[in-house]
Amino acid sequence: MPVSVTNSRLIYDAFKECDIRLLSALPETWLVHLIRMADDDPEMILVRLAKEEEGVGVSAGAHFAGVKSAMLMQNHGFLASINGIVSFAHLYKIPLLMLISYRGSFGERDPWQTQGGNATEPVLRALGIPYSFLDSVDAVKKRIQQAQTLADSSSQPVALLLPRDLMWEE
Amino acid sequence: MLRLDCLRSIYSELENCLVVTIMGAVAAELHSLGHRPNFFYLQHSMGLASSTGLGLALCLPEQKVIVIDGDGSLLMNLGSLSTMARYRPRKLVHVVFDNESLLSVGGFPTATSTGTDLEGIARAAGIPRVATVRSVENLKAAVTDAVHGNELTTIIAKVEATGPAGYVTDLSLLENQFQFRRHIQSLKKRRRSGRGVRIPIKRR
Repeated sequence: MPVSVTNSRLIYDAFKECDIRLLSALPETWLVHLIRMADDDPEMILVRLAKEEEGVGVSAGAHFAGVKSAMLMQNHGFLASINGIVSFAHLYKIPLLMLISYRGSFGERDPWQTQGGNATEPVLRALGIPYSFLDSVDAVKKRIQQAQTLADSSSQPVALLLPRDLMWEE
Repeated sequence: MLRLDCLRSIYSELENCLVVTIMGAVAAELHSLGHRPNFFYLQHSMGLASSTGLGLALCLPEQKVIVIDGDGSLLMNLGSLSTMARYRPRKLVHVVFDNESLLSVGGFPTATSTGTDLEGIARAAGIPRVATVRSVENLKAAVTDAVHGNELTTIIAKVEATGPAGYVTDLSLLENQFQFRRHIQSLKKRRRSGRGVRIPIKRR
């Protein structure tokens, strides 16, 4: 499976540097190594969800507990989480760090991913969620730290999109 | 059985727990009995009260956490039962007031009124301790047992579909959030002086 282990490790190491101690996740192809790394790490609380929206509640609970967390999901999982994001994280000003694999964009071969790809950025913009891309290896660590800093200082959800070029080795 | 009587009967048990409730009648009734800084009322986001309790319980494994859920909310997030069962935090108690109705939005009947069995669903999801109660005495006994026990428990309390006249309280949502979090941080500070941090057992 040509999902980049090296770049997954880079992202995971950045989580650790950001003192992230809880990850919620729902498996998807691009995230497999990240989830495995969390599973192998005795210091990380990994919460495997049935549906991504649960992760909003889990992260809010972690925030109340004073534990830094991140949500790992596919863009379709983000679309499935919207009510939780709006009527919990936005309504109650809960910082959320969301890492979203950007399926259905340029280079996508799976037809079923493409509509979600079209909708992802317009929906992020419509919800007023600040977002950026992990689009270069050199920027991964800094961008994750910046996203976490903004989520914490603004007490709101912030999204990082994981693009094909970072996650997939053709 | 009235939910308000149930809440009154367990109110003293809630003192040393972190309490997360759903919106509407449950929040208004608990608030009417006297707000405490360890109560968080999730005034929307139906279904996520149990997920919030799970996040708290996983991050604070020594802390008792009670989620006060409802049939309408739980039916919106049945997957939460399987996620809770997967990690089964020992200090998490999940009380579900089942009035077979979406009372706060007009009283339309939920699927528990036509035979859906939340106790059966919770048990089949893998929640280790599950019970249904139909009297205030049994509810109080079941909650007391669960709070002092050491196993994830879901208690279905069958109640009448009646509630307060209004649902808005004088506690702003943000004030509640900030106060709840600050309360937990003060508990952690107190605890830190007593004992070390326990690393939770990893479950897959």
